[in-house]
Amino acid sequence: MALPGGFRLDAALALPLDQAPVTVLFGPSGAGKTTLLRLLAGLERPGAGKIVFRDRTWCDIERGVWLDPQQRRAGLVFQHYALFPHLTVERNVAFAGKAQAAARMMERFGLGGLAGRLPRAISGGEQQRVALARALAAEPDLLLLDEPLSALDAAARIRTRRELRGLLAGAGVPSIVVTHDRTEAIALADWMAVMVDGRILQTGPVREVFARPASAQVAEAVGVENILPAEIVSRAGGLLRLRVGSAALECLDGGESGPVLVSIRAEDVALTRDPARASTQRNRLSGVVRAIAIEGALARVEMDCGFPLVALVTAQSAADLDLLPGESLAAIVKTTSVHLIAAG
Amino acid sequence: MDTQALWLTLRLALTTTVLLLLIALPAAWWIASGTGAARALVQAVVALPLVLPPTVLGFYVLIAIGPRSPVGALYARLTGGLLPFSFAGLLVASVLYSMPFTVQPMAAAFGSVDRKLLEAAWCLGVSRAGTFRRVVVPLARPGIATAAILSFAHTVGEFGVVLMVGGNIAGVTRTVSISIYDQAQSLDYSGAWHTSLLLVGFSFVVLAVTYSWQRRAWMLWPPH
Repeated sequence: MALPGGFRLDAALALPLDQAPVTVLFGPSGAGKTTLLRLLAGLERPGAGKIVFRDRTWCDIERGVWLDPQQRRAGLVFQHYALFPHLTVERNVAFAGKAQAAARMMERFGLGGLAGRLPRAISGGEQQRVALARALAAEPDLLLLDEPLSALDAAARIRTRRELRGLLAGAGVPSIVVTHDRTEAIALADWMAVMVDGRILQTGPVREVFARPASAQVAEAVGVENILPAEIVSRAGGLLRLRVGSAALECLDGGESGPVLVSIRAEDVALTRDPARASTQRNRLSGVVRAIAIEGALARVEMDCGFPLVALVTAQSAADLDLLPGESLAAIVKTTSVHLIAAG
Repeated sequence: MDTQALWLTLRLALTTTVLLLLIALPAAWWIASGTGAARALVQAVVALPLVLPPTVLGFYVLIAIGPRSPVGALYARLTGGLLPFSFAGLLVASVLYSMPFTVQPMAAAFGSVDRKLLEAAWCLGVSRAGTFRRVVVPLARPGIATAAILSFAHTVGEFGVVLMVGGNIAGVTRTVSISIYDQAQSLDYSGAWHTSLLLVGFSFVVLAVTYSWQRRAWMLWPPH
């Protein structure tokens, strides 16, 4: 669909909302995720395009069909919650005017103790629960959440993430959650759509998308650190032999041919000093440490194994191995952790 | 002291304020949420009385409501009376003259209501009118109060427009400011003293009370 201002959103998005309760719309900032959410809510009007929810057309510009937000029954939870500052928690939740539903939500979200408080007098996590309860008390057919955890501090975010998954899965309403955070996507989603530069590039079960990005762009968006051009050298016994840079790798044969990209997640790379000996490890690459960066509990080790390879290991094991730049080391990648993406 | 003029002034200011609130609520909302050329033009028209001498405004109002104008003719047919030099005519002039003092603080207050709150209400199924009543108006309440007080105070203080449109008829169009002018002209200095002092005291109390409500300094100072 085309938007005023020349922004184009190419979102041929068909979601199995009824089988997968929580869909995550994932992508880097500026990809158009929030815009897509606002289009779904009816807060943004496209210049062209069509939105159909179940058997109801919400928007079909070519045929002059347009439903206002009030007619769509799509509950939207804003990034900063947009609670009405002049109303108590209870009156916020009851704003849609459905008293029974509001009372049920107050109870289900454990908001009884906060009923008489104003939004500014409760914590960020509580505000989020109120926003969610308010949206659900309007008895929507679809729930939309824009970066629901980004307004929280780090500690509250981790606590709320688990809680939110439970609340969304049990809401009885399909939901679409916008996020740019990988951990959040994995923790919340059943189904995932990856969006980059205004286009939906891949949709599928969340683990599937992370494990098997369909393109280099998706792999980059979902944060796979190692994406390298490779060449298929031979295939035998269900395995493919690849040349990557000046090294060789093996992976499962999925029937690919032609130019490919190899994607390896940094956390799937193990490092060892042991000399080579018989093991089930088929991808054992000798290389040289180029750089080490400690990121909290993890260490990011950049290797040169005939091609640049990034490994993510715990800071503790990096210390145990006594890693220093310039040292020789072996990197181990399980065959099943090497994924191929058709290039081009 | 001219108590008749005092009561007339209060009646005029109160009626003007009520009428202005009714007109300005939708007008200010339209200005606050609108964009484009039409909005700029309406804003300019509303603000004109801030710039024009009261005599210019009064002159045009006088012509516009005169018996030969369509408005004046219609009024004459409906009521049998004439608008110039009547309380009703004074009311029309006061409403126009104090319009910016109502519309501007209100539009500013409406404009500062976070748009996300409106969108949240719409997504909850609440109509645009319902959202205005339940979200915008309560959140803009300080701005609306400021608008009402300024319109009232400004109407109490008007002189030139009243003189042009209403003249000086005791009990009909003679307001406090006209009465003071009259008293001074006829060398009744003690009368002028008393009435002036009363007006100064009244204005000071109104402004002091209003400012004590405002959190920000000078929020209600008219952009004169």
